[in-house]
Amino acid sequence: MTKPLLEVKEIYKSFANNHVLKGVNFNVLPGEVHVLLGENGAGKSTLIKILTGAYSMDKGTIHWEGQAVKIHTPIEAMELGIATIYQELNVIKELTVYENIFLGREVKNSKMGLLNRKQMIEKAQDLLIRLGQNPKLATVPLGQLGLGQQQLVEIAKALILEAKLIIMDEPTSCLSGREVEQLYKIVDQLREEGISIIFISHRLEEIQRLGDRITILRDGYSVETLPVSETKPDEWIELMVGRSLEEKFPKKQFERGDVGFSLKGFTVEASHAPIDLDVHYGEIVGLSGLVGAGRTELARAIFGADKRAGGKIVIDGKEVKITNPRQAIDAGIAFITEDRKSEGLLLDLPLDINVCLANMKKFAGRTKLLNLNKMKEQAKRYVKEMQIRPNNIELNARNFSGGNQQKVVIAKWLCTNAKVFIFDEPTRGIDVGAKVEVYRLMNKLVEEGKIVIMISSDLPEILGMCDRVIVMNTGRITADLPIAQATQEQVMKAATIGL
Amino acid sequence: MEKVTQLLGEVNVEEHKQEKNYKNLLGKFGSLFALIILMIVLTFLSDKFLTVTNLMNIARQSTINALLALGMLLPILTAGIDLSVGSILAVSIMVMGVVSVTMGMHPILGILVCLLVGAGFGLLNGVLLTKLRLPHPFISTLGTMNIARGLALIITGAAPIAGFPYMIQYFGSEYVGPIPVSFVVVLVIYFIFHIFLTRSQTGRYIYAIGGNKEAARLSGINVDRVLIIVYTLSGLMAGLAGLMMVGRVNSAFPLAGSGYELDAIAAVIIGGASFFGGVGTVWGTLVGVLIIAVLRNGLNLLNVSADLQMAVIGVVIIVAVFVDVLRQRRSKASS
Ligand SMILES: Nc1ncnc2c1ncn2[C@@H]1O[C@H](COP(=O)(O)OP(=O)(O)OP(=O)(O)O)[C@@H](O)[C@H]1O
Ligand SMILES: [Mg+2]
Repeated sequence: MTKPLLEVKEIYKSFANNHVLKGVNFNVLPGEVHVLLGENGAGKSTLIKILTGAYSMDKGTIHWEGQAVKIHTPIEAMELGIATIYQELNVIKELTVYENIFLGREVKNSKMGLLNRKQMIEKAQDLLIRLGQNPKLATVPLGQLGLGQQQLVEIAKALILEAKLIIMDEPTSCLSGREVEQLYKIVDQLREEGISIIFISHRLEEIQRLGDRITILRDGYSVETLPVSETKPDEWIELMVGRSLEEKFPKKQFERGDVGFSLKGFTVEASHAPIDLDVHYGEIVGLSGLVGAGRTELARAIFGADKRAGGKIVIDGKEVKITNPRQAIDAGIAFITEDRKSEGLLLDLPLDINVCLANMKKFAGRTKLLNLNKMKEQAKRYVKEMQIRPNNIELNARNFSGGNQQKVVIAKWLCTNAKVFIFDEPTRGIDVGAKVEVYRLMNKLVEEGKIVIMISSDLPEILGMCDRVIVMNTGRITADLPIAQATQEQVMKAATIGL
Repeated sequence: MEKVTQLLGEVNVEEHKQEKNYKNLLGKFGSLFALIILMIVLTFLSDKFLTVTNLMNIARQSTINALLALGMLLPILTAGIDLSVGSILAVSIMVMGVVSVTMGMHPILGILVCLLVGAGFGLLNGVLLTKLRLPHPFISTLGTMNIARGLALIITGAAPIAGFPYMIQYFGSEYVGPIPVSFVVVLVIYFIFHIFLTRSQTGRYIYAIGGNKEAARLSGINVDRVLIIVYTLSGLMAGLAGLMMVGRVNSAFPLAGSGYELDAIAAVIIGGASFFGGVGTVWGTLVGVLIIAVLRNGLNLLNVSADLQMAVIGVVIIVAVFVDVLRQRRSKASS
């Protein structure tokens, strides 16, 4: 057997009295893609933050190329050859692509000690080509790129380091289909070059596609390490949640009712063709398309978050006037935004206020003062109903794992008693078990007579949960298919047609 | 698929170019246009305005704020602030006065001491912020602002010091041809800072920290070290501004520079820097400094009272930032 590149033994870590890691063991071989799988809050991100020196561990040992090492700071991790692409991208939007790539590793002129921009730009261009990108991007401010390209910049950063191990924490959770494929190719290429990869993901298909071995974490323990090709996702899930999961998409059929929500001649931007859309009671409508197809823009315009150029919004046959989010909420629209950190949560405030934020009125008594106990109870109810973990409503939103944060955002909108739910990428970054819960929740909403629209870049999820799929492409609707007739190919074609 | 990738890549680059040109014009030169328009208007309103003597007067009057604002730009780029520069200026010149006048030591030593005291207090700001982990530079520099002012008063029991040697006065009072030496110093220092901020590693880290501190830290940047450098340089500029001031008024007094930090902040903001960090340039700051200086000078020529001048400058700050907000909103909408 080859010697492991990295070996961790009996790692422990707690935050105050929250014991997050309680004995984690695993090793990574040279040139392998090693998958970490576990529920939201199982401690995956915490584990890798320890490996990269962002957190310090309470107990345990780390061996690197056979040597015992201590990693205190991100710099020490990099010097060993460990590079990381965090769950939340860590890029600087104000700097250009090449400056981001070389951040902390700048090339200097030998004489004056000033930066050698020419050489850095050239090297960055080479890297961009190696990653299948347009080399011209090197001098573009990073803030102007899409998320997928921003992430490639992070990979380029790792390549500059000549890292031997690249850790990717849910790298595909915010990418569109096309970008995901591109990332897979890059991962394959890196593996061929002998670089090891720790890959964290909640998407079972991609684990099967990419992984060599898989280590399963549950409640802070490493349960087992298995070869990917010789085992089945069902086995992993069982190890991960301690029980088996019957179905991935618990789709329930309901009778299709009247039209409950429509857009008439709706134009987000004056230059775009108007959009007409009818959503019926009893159905879930999926909005598919590439990232940048204009789905989020449409949702934001409906919600009054951005100004629209024209058109009407009709709920239950009555036109509603929406020019700002307050009016949208009063009209009964809920918008579960895709970026929970910047748009969904008050990160430094506890759960109760986060849950009750969009509907504070409900908790104000006759005196207009808030009934704090009522707010806490409401939050507790959702924490229980949605199995948010840890089940501590005093904890600030920042300290929850990604998946649990997402549940909090959904709880916030449930709390408004809305009638129309627009979900934007609702299952991004949440584990298989939690996904099923979100789907069940959608079923329940439909059953209770709500309108549900789901924007998603995860095609299997659209095909598995929706009754109708609407494909958008550069601001237009290019297909409207009943699910029985929708295939992966058809949707992709409509999403890329004319591009 | 391949083709789509290619295409999208192209589109991105094109879009960026357009936006960049647009931004360049308004963003980089927006305040410069404002300065030019202001100067044209003043030329019509007063025939004394556009004369060599008056312009050089403006240059000379602007130097102290120019140096303080340049120092202030650095903390603001890191999404911080330095409230202590006015007080640091005072304590630097008081110590210099003691060394070179009271104790009669060599003027070069006096100048060095002045700069060192400035840099030393800046260093203290940086250390308080990063090592004691005070939560925000507003607090650490508010503290040193009072400490430095207190020391400046204690040193001579609040008495001013006059009669500095010529060499010390030289920088703030002499001319090369028609141009004040102090303004030449300003231009040279601005140029050095421009190179530092755009071409050196530490300079780029300053922008990186302002843009996203956590990302900078995780990229292996020693954030504490950069912040210490930032505040030390800000203090150093305060010391240098003090040197210019002593040359101009031929004395050092402990209440010198009171409230100057606010003018410096105003200049940096009018010059297009973002209070949230990561955005701002040296030349923008210079334009901001000149706008304030030209405005003051023009209002003086028009016999506007000092009290009203203050109000006008307040309006200008708000308008300048508002125009910037409008611009950003528009470029966001167009992209
Ligand atoms: N700074 C912190 N302070 C307190 N608790 C924390 C902190 N960071 C993480 N935790 C807790 O540690 C646990 C594990 O979090 P972690 O982010 O590692 O989960 P994860 O496995 O990456 O989940 P996900 O799949 O949702 O990303 C969670 O219960 C979280 O609340
Ligand atoms: Mg995580």
